[in-house]
Amino acid sequence: MAATKHTLVALVEDRPGVLNRVASLFRRRGFNIQSITVGHSETAGISRMTIVADGTNTSVEQVRKQLDKLVETIKVSDITAEDRVERELALIKVKSTSATRGEIIQIVDVFRANIVDVALDSLTVEVTGDENKMNSLLNLLQAFGIKEVCRTGKIAMTRGIVNPGESSRKQTASEE
Amino acid sequence: MKMTGGQIICDCLVKEGVDTIYGILGGAILPLYDTLPQFPQLHHILVRHEQCAAHAAEGYARATGKVGVCFATSGPGATNLVTGIANAYLDSTAMVAITGQVARRFIGKDAFQEIDITGITLPITKHNYLVRDGAQLAKVMKEAFYIARTGRPGPVLIDVPKDVFTEQVEYHSPGKVDLPNFKPTMKGHPAQIQKAAKMINEARKPVIIAGRGVIISNASPELKELAEKSQIPVVTTLLGISSFPESHVLSYRWIGMHGMGYANMAVNNADLVIAIGMRFDDRATAEVSGFASHAKIIHIDIDPAEIGKNVPVDVPIVGDVKAVLGPLNKLVEAAQRGEWLKQLDDWRREHPSTDIRETSSILPQYVINQIYHNTNGDATIVTGVGQQQMWAAQHYTYNHPNTFISSGGLGTMGFGLPAAVGVKMGRPEGTVWLIDGDGSFQMTLHELATIQQEKLNIKIAIMNNGFLGMVRQWQELFHGKRYVATPLWGPDFVKLAEAYGIAAVKVRRKDEVIPAIQQAMSYDGPFLIDFGVEPEENVYPMVPPGASLSQFLEMPRKEEALWPQRSTL
Repeated sequence: MAATKHTLVALVEDRPGVLNRVASLFRRRGFNIQSITVGHSETAGISRMTIVADGTNTSVEQVRKQLDKLVETIKVSDITAEDRVERELALIKVKSTSATRGEIIQIVDVFRANIVDVALDSLTVEVTGDENKMNSLLNLLQAFGIKEVCRTGKIAMTRGIVNPGESSRKQTASEE
Repeated sequence: MKMTGGQIICDCLVKEGVDTIYGILGGAILPLYDTLPQFPQLHHILVRHEQCAAHAAEGYARATGKVGVCFATSGPGATNLVTGIANAYLDSTAMVAITGQVARRFIGKDAFQEIDITGITLPITKHNYLVRDGAQLAKVMKEAFYIARTGRPGPVLIDVPKDVFTEQVEYHSPGKVDLPNFKPTMKGHPAQIQKAAKMINEARKPVIIAGRGVIISNASPELKELAEKSQIPVVTTLLGISSFPESHVLSYRWIGMHGMGYANMAVNNADLVIAIGMRFDDRATAEVSGFASHAKIIHIDIDPAEIGKNVPVDVPIVGDVKAVLGPLNKLVEAAQRGEWLKQLDDWRREHPSTDIRETSSILPQYVINQIYHNTNGDATIVTGVGQQQMWAAQHYTYNHPNTFISSGGLGTMGFGLPAAVGVKMGRPEGTVWLIDGDGSFQMTLHELATIQQEKLNIKIAIMNNGFLGMVRQWQELFHGKRYVATPLWGPDFVKLAEAYGIAAVKVRRKDEVIPAIQQAMSYDGPFLIDFGVEPEENVYPMVPPGASLSQFLEMPRKEEALWPQRSTL
């Protein structure tokens, strides 16, 4: 089975060492984490992680179950197959001269991104969107010379359903 | 009531039913030891190396079904525990390890004997704690014991800074454990149990593979009921040995790399495998692509992460073995499987797997078989790791649940002697034999001191072949007989035992074997026998690496039987 990109959402207790436990499990089972984001959830004391990693369906399911066993994880869902909203934020510092500045600003406008800093020889662009949008903008800006890129990694949420991955969880429960 | 951290820990241990603790003290854990005399219910056993504290705690836990407890100080004390904790993790043994840590103000400063033991043990514990607040101790202790023994058992480590042991805090005995996210599934899903029963009832050539989960769950009676009711042959994994009486007509003993040829053939020719409380370890399955390829698989295990991990499963049932087999047995219909059982009996005749050939030298197989006969099969056998472990599994017949105690998952040489300490303390009335190798024994032989100090009546049989024998066997078979670093000098084990005040005899002639075993049995106290055995004896059957379970090598019968000689199936 071919490895594909998976998006997992983990609700975990907000305690020291939890991020280490989660990340360590991916390392232990031989997964490369493409991105991991952590922040507060809607409930006090519970953090929400979005993890993007490559793997086959069965191996990702294995990691999901291992994560589920951690005492401090509340719920782990693979939402790859779900209808979902994904966003990422990036700051991109692009080389610019008086000659190219106008063109860059035009591109940034088309992408509904913002210029957040201007210097004599560079512009810093703030962009939010899904992965395709990020990559397209980066491709275009490459032509001008990119000095620095800082990406937050993806955050994701299923559409309309309150509990992410509920449907796939139910299926798993009935299988077992 | 105000109490110190150390008093709280001890009081919690007593409340958890702990009576025996294995450990070694040091600076950071000294205040905890200082409170021990206030709790005479807690019997502390001083071992000679912290690794052995963990192994002894594991032996005690496995013999009694209780949670094993060990103590160590910070730094090297804690790191020495690591092998023992890993062993307990891989063999699913409930254990709580308490380590001293440097005082809170020194944490993170690379202070003397400071090590990040919670970081180090992260992947080998079910959970671990660094307690930075004495007020949390009671809750942490309660949780740790609950986590260690609930669901799939395993080790939990609690790291306690020195000044937390002495901190005066208000002590309230904690009520119920509140871990909303830790709720192992105990009962099997009824629909899945129904599906499994249907498959069993429809199967023509089913086989049960029983693992250590059956022993942990005390489910041997239920396993026997299932096998007898539906006339299903039973094989076990290495750690499942003794979960089903090996003299039973439906027992085909155990599978795996050195399992019985006929047991391996049974699995690979079955149309249904009922895997109970086992995890499809690679030593049990051999090459996984060829494992039970004609069979549908039912997998009963308490750990959902084991389902589908190594082998795809048709009907998974997550739950405690005992809780699943009860309702399953009700749905399983009585059956007759004469033809299938006859086939297995034929294979057993063709591939007897444990025949002992006539020699003038002492064969380790012969020694173990004699220990079996002279103990009437009633002893608990503890082993080291290596060839002797496999021979102990093959040539002793286990008819009582939980009488084979060995390091499976981690394969820890040196496990035997310290584990035997814990096993004997857990079963003071029972006969305990340690079957060890000269290599494995030399890794932890200092525990002879603990045995003598505690006056533990353990019988020790060393299969002394002057080699790290299992590795030598691999060098012989797969590395052109280049014996690199496997020839092993050893001390005079009899003199060594005597130096520890332990009675011992040396056996170098075959006719001395039985008298020596009888002498050990009748001696009131620990006794060591150094058996000089055939140096280059190999363990057979053997499934070579990369081969499937039924492609086992058998004992070459005559000189002309060239390796590799594989079974045709």
